[in-house]
Formats: sequence, C-alpha cells, structure tokens
Amino acid sequence: MSEIQLQIDGKEVKVEEGMTVLEAARKAGIDIPTLCHHEKLEPYGGCRLCTVEVESRGRTKTVAACLYPVEPDLVVRTRSERVDRIRKMILELLMAHAPDSPQLVELAREYGADRNRFEKETSFCVLCGLCVRYCAEVRGKNAISFINRGGQRAIAFIPEIAATECWDCKECFPLCPTSYLQAAYALTEALSFPERSSRTSQGA
Amino acid sequence: MTRMSSAAELEKFREDILSSRDPERLSVAVCSGTACLGRGNAGVLRAFEEEIKKQSLGREVDVRATGCHGFCERGPNVVIQPEEICYMEVSPEDVPEIVSETLAGGRIVDRLVHTDPDTGEKGAHANEIPFYRNQVRNLIGDNTRIDPRSLEDYLAVGGYSALSRALFEMDPRGVLEEVKKANLRGRGGGGFPAGLKWETARNAPGDEKYVIVNGHEGEPGAFMDRALFTGNPHRVLEGLIIGAYAIGSGRGFIYTRHDNPPLVRNINTALEKAREAGLLGENILGSGFSFDVEVHFDVGIFVSGESSALMRSIEGKNPEPRPKYIRTSVSGIWNRPSNLNNVETWANVSQIIGKGAEWYAGIGTERSKGTKLLSLSGVICNTGVVEVPFGTTLREIVYDIGGGIRNGKKLKAVHFGGPMGGSVPERFLDTPLDFDEMSRIGAPIGAGGMLVLDEDADMVELTRFYLDFLTNESCGKCVPCREGIRQMLKIVGRIGRGEGRPGDIELLEEIAEVSGAASLCSLGKTAADPLKGALRYFRDEYEANILTREVE
Repeated sequence: MSEIQLQIDGKEVKVEEGMTVLEAARKAGIDIPTLCHHEKLEPYGGCRLCTVEVESRGRTKTVAACLYPVEPDLVVRTRSERVDRIRKMILELLMAHAPDSPQLVELAREYGADRNRFEKETSFCVLCGLCVRYCAEVRGKNAISFINRGGQRAIAFIPEIAATECWDCKECFPLCPTSYLQAAYALTEALSFPERSSRTSQGA
Repeated sequence: MTRMSSAAELEKFREDILSSRDPERLSVAVCSGTACLGRGNAGVLRAFEEEIKKQSLGREVDVRATGCHGFCERGPNVVIQPEEICYMEVSPEDVPEIVSETLAGGRIVDRLVHTDPDTGEKGAHANEIPFYRNQVRNLIGDNTRIDPRSLEDYLAVGGYSALSRALFEMDPRGVLEEVKKANLRGRGGGGFPAGLKWETARNAPGDEKYVIVNGHEGEPGAFMDRALFTGNPHRVLEGLIIGAYAIGSGRGFIYTRHDNPPLVRNINTALEKAREAGLLGENILGSGFSFDVEVHFDVGIFVSGESSALMRSIEGKNPEPRPKYIRTSVSGIWNRPSNLNNVETWANVSQIIGKGAEWYAGIGTERSKGTKLLSLSGVICNTGVVEVPFGTTLREIVYDIGGGIRNGKKLKAVHFGGPMGGSVPERFLDTPLDFDEMSRIGAPIGAGGMLVLDEDADMVELTRFYLDFLTNESCGKCVPCREGIRQMLKIVGRIGRGEGRPGDIELLEEIAEVSGAASLCSLGKTAADPLKGALRYFRDEYEANILTREVE
C-alpha cells in the first residue's frame, strides 16, 4: 500500500491508499460529524452528515466522507457555507423524528439547526441502521432488519430469530441514537412472547 | 437448426432464407404490443388465422404476431406487407372483409385506414400517414416485418451481419473505436458516451468482465424500451454480443421486467435460438470468441433500475444503490468491471458496426447522434412509440407526428424524463431534441418519456404526483432523499390544496438544494428536478396558492 498525500482544511495529510476521507480526517485530528458510522461496521453512507466538499481533477463536488476514497492531491473542505447548510437541513429533517436525541441536539447547536422546523413525524427512528448492520456484520445473527422502502422504511425484529438470539445479547441497544430500538424490541417481545415479556417486567 | 461455425455459413443460411421467400408475398403483421393486446388484438390475430384458412389463402399469406408498431392511439393495428397498408382500430369483425378485399382482391378497405382529422385526407400506406411519415424508424421500423420469436425473420432483414463483421473483419479495439467515432450516447437517461464507458470497462484490470442490458424501464410514462425489446429482441442481443467482444467480456446479463410475460418469453426464445444457431455461447460462429447471457428479473421497484442497485440485485442482494465513487464500469457486479447500457443503446450498436460510424454520425445534431425513441403520451392526439432523429424540434414531434393537442386546446408544457425530469413551457417548442440543449432548458430527455400537457394542466399537482411516486419508490436508505422527499411532498401537497404558507417556496428550494447535493444516488439527486423546473417556469401557480396572511 502506497502513501497518499492530500489536503484537508488546508492541512497536508499523509495516509494509506484505500482509506476514506473520514478516516484520513480523523487520523489528522479533524472532526467530521457522523451518525450512521461505526468503526466495526462497513461504511454505509445513509445519514450524509459527513458530507464534505472535495476538489478532484478540477471539479468541486459534495461527497460522503465515510465512503469517498482518498486520492493523491485531493483537496477536502470539511466546513464550508454549503456543507454547513446541508448538515443543518439534514439535522432538521432528522429532528422531525427524534427531537430529543442527545447526539442530534448537540449537533443542532453546532450547526444552528431548528428542531421544530418540520412537523413531528410519528416514528422516532432515524434509520441509521446501526442496529441492523451490527447484528448482521458483527454478530452474524440478522435478528433485526429493514422492512419496506422509501417513506415507509422501518426497522423490525424478526421474532423467530429474536426469540433465541436477543435475550442475552442486546449489544445493539447502546448504539441507537434515539430510544426507538428498545421500544421496537419491547414491542416485538410483547407481541410475540407475552409470557416472557411479563416475566421480564416482574423481574425488574 | 444446426450450429453455424463460420461467417460463410451464416451468409449461406441467410441466402437460403431469402431465396425461399418471395419478397412480394403477402404478410399480415398483427401488432401484439401491450396497448394493442389490451385492446383485443389477440382476437384479431385468431380471426386472421381462421379466416385465411376459411378462404383457402394459407399458401399465399403469412400471419405474424409482431411487436409494437408504434401508433398505440389508433390500435389495434394491423399492417399488410409488402405494401405497408396500415389498418387501424381493427376488430375481429373487420377481418373477413380485410381478407377477402385486401388479401384476396388487392383492394384497400377504406373505412379502416387513417383519416387526417384536419384535411379529411385518407392515407392507407405508412408513407401517407403523418404519424409514420415524419419519423425515421431505424430502430423500431423492423417491428412490422419480423416475428420476434423467429431468428429467420431477423436474419432476413440483415440481422447478425454486423456481429459477423465485428468478429471477422474487425478487432475489439476497432469495434470500440467505431462506437466512439459514432458518438453513441447512452439512452438510459444520462447521455454518457457509450464508447467511453466501454473503454473504461475494457481497460479496467481483471479478466472477468460483464456487460449488462438495463431493460428495467420503470419510469412512469416510458414504454419504448419494452416495445423495442419485445418486438425485436435479437437486435438488442446482437448489440450486446458486439459490445462484449469490444470490451472483452464473456458473460452478460439481461435485467428486465418480471411483470411482462411477452417480453420475457421473447427474450428467452431469442437466447435459445441464438445459442442453437451458434450466435451465442462457446466459440461464436467459429470465431474463437465465447459469450453467454443470463436473464434476471427486477423485484418490482423503481430504484432497481438504477445501475448500482441493479447490479446488487443481480448479485442476489437487496437492490439498494451504492455510491459510485468508483465507477461500475471499473467495479460493479461482484466488484468486477461491469458495463451497463440501456436497451435502446445496445439496439443502436448493430447499425453503427453494420453501416459505419460515418453513416451514423450523419444523423442527428452536432453532439447527439442517431435517432431517439420517445414514448409520446399525455393530451396529444397521437400517443404511441415514436422514433425521430436528434435535432427534430419539439414542435415537429407534437404537431407533425403527434397531431397536436386534443380537443383543440392549447399546449401548455412538455415534460420529459418522468419523476426525475422537468417541464418546459410552450415557448421552447422550437428547441431541437438534443441531450445538451434539453438539459440546458431544464427538460433533460431522460429515457425518452415525453408527456404533453395542455392549458388545463395543474403544475403543482404534476409535481406532487411525481414526489408521491418517489416517496414510495426511494429505497429509503439516505436521509436527504427519504426525508427530503417526504417534506417536499407535504409542502407541495398543502400548496396544491391552496394552503401554502409564506416561506414555503423558499423552504422547498432549500430542501431541493440539499437533496440534490447530498443524496446517495441519482434518484435522490434528481428527485427535486420536476419541482425545480416547475418553480423556474410556473412559479406563479405556486405563488397563487400561498396564503398571504391569515386573518384571525
């Protein structure tokens, strides 16, 4: 693997070929906000909060830092008027679902996002997919999955798998940036295994 | 049939077919395109078969169930070859008269031919009917001459001679150069030069490379690819094999609709016959070049026609787009170089190789070469599948071919590209059909769905309709697309109900900028295009629905 030199926010950075812009920035101590990113998981590119501006072969474009591979002489701007505007809007769109998510609240402060810009939506899941991907990629269990698409996309536990796998695991719980995951689990449990779920509440 | 193993054998076989056929022989082409089948052409076909038997003409007349003829508005269509007599709105009850008058007597049945609504003039032959006369039907024209299930029919119109030429008279590099010289641009939407894409795939490292036909055509209002592919599958296949040879690919995929049985049947039959004949598979025509194709079906969602999602679908995964920071022509299916072109693009290849890049580049405009298939729909007199050279103006398409607007109304706008396209007002009618010109004015050609709108069209409702389509068809993975469309739909919805709020238009523009810049794939990136176009040309219709200040 050869070394690649690029520029991030005016700083010359040397990194290994094959790294992403996000990895390169973090190595250089430059922070790029993320929501759906997790070091143990494959880059996903869902939340787009890590959007940055890059100049490549004379063209400026906005790309997702978590996916964009470094290239020689790439110029990256992690903050610009445009980038900030995009992040602000993304946060406002997400806060229609999860206005109280601590992670989002903190970022909203940074980017001046108005948590009440859009009417509240019924689901507070932001569909970052951390739970789904952690269960598939790290645990190899696929006990939770995405269902439907577009505006109807949602996460759902698969009762048959959850019944045997989730009981002693629940490693996905702390990954969730909202509290939707726990709620979804509790619901699955209550609907699919009423006996067990009442035992849990008694034991608690 | 026996496997052919040289160019000479192919030509011999073609000669045998042609010499066994009398060019003056009567042939009835019964359109079996979707619209005509829906209007009962299966009954017309049966009636012809029975009536011809009854009148003992079986030895003089062929009957073919063919692909789409194009004039969907006036179907069920029947064309009598070789004279190209076009009968329209034919019912099974008309068939005995056609058989006794035209087939047996050589006379035209006047009441079934086209009448010009303006002049009252009758036109029995294709070259007398404005709808056909003003087109250049290089791609779709053979649809009335061949039975899509017959390899012999395709060979009789010169089929596979371009493949033979590529394999035996040109090297792969030469084929590639010819396609580059012709400046064939992708017909799927982007208009990207096909030759450059092929070259990227050819030069990409790796021995295993793939070529793919994108036959998904999920765009509402687009129906030309299935007309071409169902009606002339060998033509698409021939282009694909030539492309595979140029790129150095041994394996191809056809990704197409699961919900169109005639299309599926015709593709499968074509593949089977091509394999039997030695035109597909191991050592094609004895050239040493081997290539085969498998057919994959979509899963019934719009986004699976997006190239990276389509490739994931072929891999057997959920068809979710992936970022294309590394192009699919370098790393596509199973991370191998994968060259994807749409049905119409592949169908263009054989004429470029057969007649040469120079001939091809003589058709069209400076930067858009050849002809373009369009699906003409909306409130236009003649809906259907239309083929015109690039450079034809929108006015010519709407009035000379399309016959103008229905019920004497005025044209308000022309919309191209479906839910990711744009509308332009009447004053742009003299714009030539050209990839770059149309993008410049805000109505990129897209795949070629052309929707004509009259003075009654509600441009807020049109935008709302497309956003509603996209909110259900987005994969839902990335936030700017999923949530951006959700919010834009809500806002456009309330504007449409006359309940727009001050600041709504600006908010729409702000969301549109973010969904366009930050979405993962082209669905999200272009989802706001109809909205942006509507705000550019029809802003007053939006402004009229914003409540200024509520009186409490």
